[in-house]
Amino acid sequence: MTNEALQSLINSWNPDPITNGLEFTEEKSQFLNITVQPERLHQLMVQLKSNSETNFDYLFCLSGVDWEKEMGVVYHLESTSHRHIIVVKVKTEDRENPTFDTVSDIWPTAEFHEREVFDFFGIKFNNHPNLKRLFLTEEWDGFPLRKDYVDEINMIIK
Amino acid sequence: MDATTIINNLKSEEYFINMGPQHPATHGVLRLLLTIDGEIIKKVEPDLGYIHRSIEKICEHDSYQQIVHLTDRMDYLSAHINNEAVCLTVENALQLEVPDRVKVIRTIIAELTRIASHTLWWGVMGMDVGALTTYFYGFRDRELINDIFEETCGARLTMNYNVPGGLMFDIHPNFVKRVKEFIAHFKTKLPEYDTLLTGNIIFQKRMKGIGVLTKEDAIAFGASGPVGRGSGYSCDVRKHHIYSAYDKVTFNEVLKTEGDTFARYQVRIQEMWESMSIIEQLIDNIPEGSYKATTDAVIKLPAGEYYQKVETARGELGVFIISTGTKNPYRLKFRSPGFSNLSLLNHIAVGGKIGDLVATMATLDLVIPDIDR
Amino acid sequence: MYIAMNITKNIHEWLLAILPETAASIVEMTLIALVYLAFFAIAGLFLVLLERKVAAWFQLRLGPNRVGFHGLMQTIADALKLVSKELTVTIKADKFLYNLAPYFVIVTALMALSLFPFSKELQAFDINIGIFFLIAISSIGVIGILLAGWSSNNKFAMIGAMRSGVQTISYELSVGLSLMTMVLMTGSLQLSEIVEVQKHGWLIVQGHIPAIIAFMIYMIAGTAETNRAPFDLVEAESELGAGFHTEYSGMKFAYFFLAEFINMFIISAIATTVFFGGYLSPFGITESIPLLGVFWFLAKTLVLIFLMMWFRWTFPRLRIDQLLVLEWKYLLPLNLMNLVLMALIVLLKLTIKF
Repeated sequence: MTNEALQSLINSWNPDPITNGLEFTEEKSQFLNITVQPERLHQLMVQLKSNSETNFDYLFCLSGVDWEKEMGVVYHLESTSHRHIIVVKVKTEDRENPTFDTVSDIWPTAEFHEREVFDFFGIKFNNHPNLKRLFLTEEWDGFPLRKDYVDEINMIIK
Repeated sequence: MDATTIINNLKSEEYFINMGPQHPATHGVLRLLLTIDGEIIKKVEPDLGYIHRSIEKICEHDSYQQIVHLTDRMDYLSAHINNEAVCLTVENALQLEVPDRVKVIRTIIAELTRIASHTLWWGVMGMDVGALTTYFYGFRDRELINDIFEETCGARLTMNYNVPGGLMFDIHPNFVKRVKEFIAHFKTKLPEYDTLLTGNIIFQKRMKGIGVLTKEDAIAFGASGPVGRGSGYSCDVRKHHIYSAYDKVTFNEVLKTEGDTFARYQVRIQEMWESMSIIEQLIDNIPEGSYKATTDAVIKLPAGEYYQKVETARGELGVFIISTGTKNPYRLKFRSPGFSNLSLLNHIAVGGKIGDLVATMATLDLVIPDIDR
Repeated sequence: MYIAMNITKNIHEWLLAILPETAASIVEMTLIALVYLAFFAIAGLFLVLLERKVAAWFQLRLGPNRVGFHGLMQTIADALKLVSKELTVTIKADKFLYNLAPYFVIVTALMALSLFPFSKELQAFDINIGIFFLIAISSIGVIGILLAGWSSNNKFAMIGAMRSGVQTISYELSVGLSLMTMVLMTGSLQLSEIVEVQKHGWLIVQGHIPAIIAFMIYMIAGTAETNRAPFDLVEAESELGAGFHTEYSGMKFAYFFLAEFINMFIISAIATTVFFGGYLSPFGITESIPLLGVFWFLAKTLVLIFLMMWFRWTFPRLRIDQLLVLEWKYLLPLNLMNLVLMALIVLLKLTIKF
């Protein structure tokens, strides 16, 4: 399915632009990007996976991103039957306690990826089955991949 | 009391055991917390981070040429392919046209890397199920590939042969001849692998029907590479998202539907034949021309987001770069195949014996630095 | 004691001349034990070397080749190193059992050696229940392994020991029954007599089909008894690290190691004695020189040892349930049927005798 067709299809699920809250863009990226409100993330993801025309069954990348003002997660989805790719982004301005819904119930692979994001960005995921630090020790202070993370001993910045 | 009552009244408890961080079967510093009932695995919980170097964070302060060097240290057995992934991302972002010669050489070396990685895997796989001799057979053939690499780029393992825009230098004059010699040699040696291990009845009994991963689970858990293809899931990036010179060659995507450890084993063995066929198609047709497209000394990617997938020996490696137009990436994420493949270990190992866990883990072909990036 | 060589006769007479009879025989026993100990400790070391050389040969390597001529002194050097190493103990180990375990293993292994007739009359202890005694002795070794695994207070060692217990108890049956099959033909458990019977053809020829089946079962079960690959689940290094001897170091570890090789020698030596005519030369070519029996005995044993090494360096390891299935579902019923078949053959006098 082409990006335009995908965009109109996803828009048609909830045509009301106010409650819909989706932003589409293809600028600065080779894929179609959707930015979604955190509270609508889980519902959109379920639809993307279960709708037979989109059928995004393969979550191939889940990255946490620190956009300085906002914290966010980027989901790269691919459909193994239609072979189209979509990028879903979710952002929040709450840097203290950023929280999104987990997608690990939709794609089990997200369980580990979300733990990694939690470990390095401090982003929490609601309903995650086992949300604890994956790489770092439990007593580690701070979240290293955040832009404002400082470690004067271990980090040398030229 | 009859026998069943006695058995039912026996007090039995599950217990925990630490497999690793130093354990022969974990091939590196992976720690698995096993919950075991006698010999039967109840739960596998990986504990990671023993060699995490936070490459993603380091990359945020490095130039794109420097980042290429770091990728060697992730999946060191497919170092060249990792390099290629970053170079391709940068080239795509710059919309740089790479000479055909570069594409072909990259593909040949990538396939040689795949064979080298699979021979090592095969040796270690045999060792994990107790056949110690395989290790040396695998290494015998791998050494020859490493010698070719050494002659061409000076390194045997962490090669760094790619730079954004092309290759660091041209291939060695002997390269074509030695690759052909190797292919001729390996064609006689690969059948030995089957006679030594594949056909062995004990081996087949050990491998068949354990660690079963269905196609649906493979997709849901993000399995890729031979792990996915062993479950009948067509996930070869070389077929679906063609890069480098894979459009110039014909090869089969090896698919098995059983999804057990033996299927994954067979996929890898068969892939070595396919890799040899790819190399044979290209080795006589390396186009003349420059080995490097000119790039600026300081590479600045235009602001935007770039994603590139490649097929390493272990599966799909993704490079996700967010650039703000400076000489460093704003955020760089490596989607490593080992990480996703590890996440399904608990799913397929539960219910098996300790020996099954070891065999299953061997066919997942985990490289720990790839997981602990 | 029937040691007919002149030197032993001289020592025997000399001791009788200076000591009362009881004391003389005690001194004599001690002397023989010392000779056996020294000889087999060295032989065990060279078996280790042989294994390393064979492994190297299978694995496209050279093997040890630095210490001494072609690496002949390598294992001696290793043993010296092990002697000088510190004996470490885990804090929570059961010290008494932990220290006792290696001796169980090594003593039983060495004890079994006394029974073999290396040549006509070169035998330390010709007991009339020879085979029975051998089986009994060799199963005591497993106690040592169980103790080692239990007392180390290490979970991996414990799993190894448990596997060992299961394995040895199961395969003991097959070893015993396959030897019993052969005893049907000899009519005696005494090793020297078993060899004498074979003057009319080795038992594997005399008993033809059931004897060959018995031999195959014996070799499989014997390999399992010694805990060697493909039945090395006890110390499966890719699963359990080192299994039951994970926590042992220095000489105590060396005892386990040495015992494995001596046990391999014993299993092969039993097979030689029972199936391949012991010290008898093929077709009686050197019957006039009894001392050459030692050569034939060792030659046959080494061939069988090589066979066991061949297994080890080519086969993958079985899984614990497959190991038990093999024994209880296949080997044991086959063995019992084989026993009946052999009884019929002996009864109907269908054995082949020259």
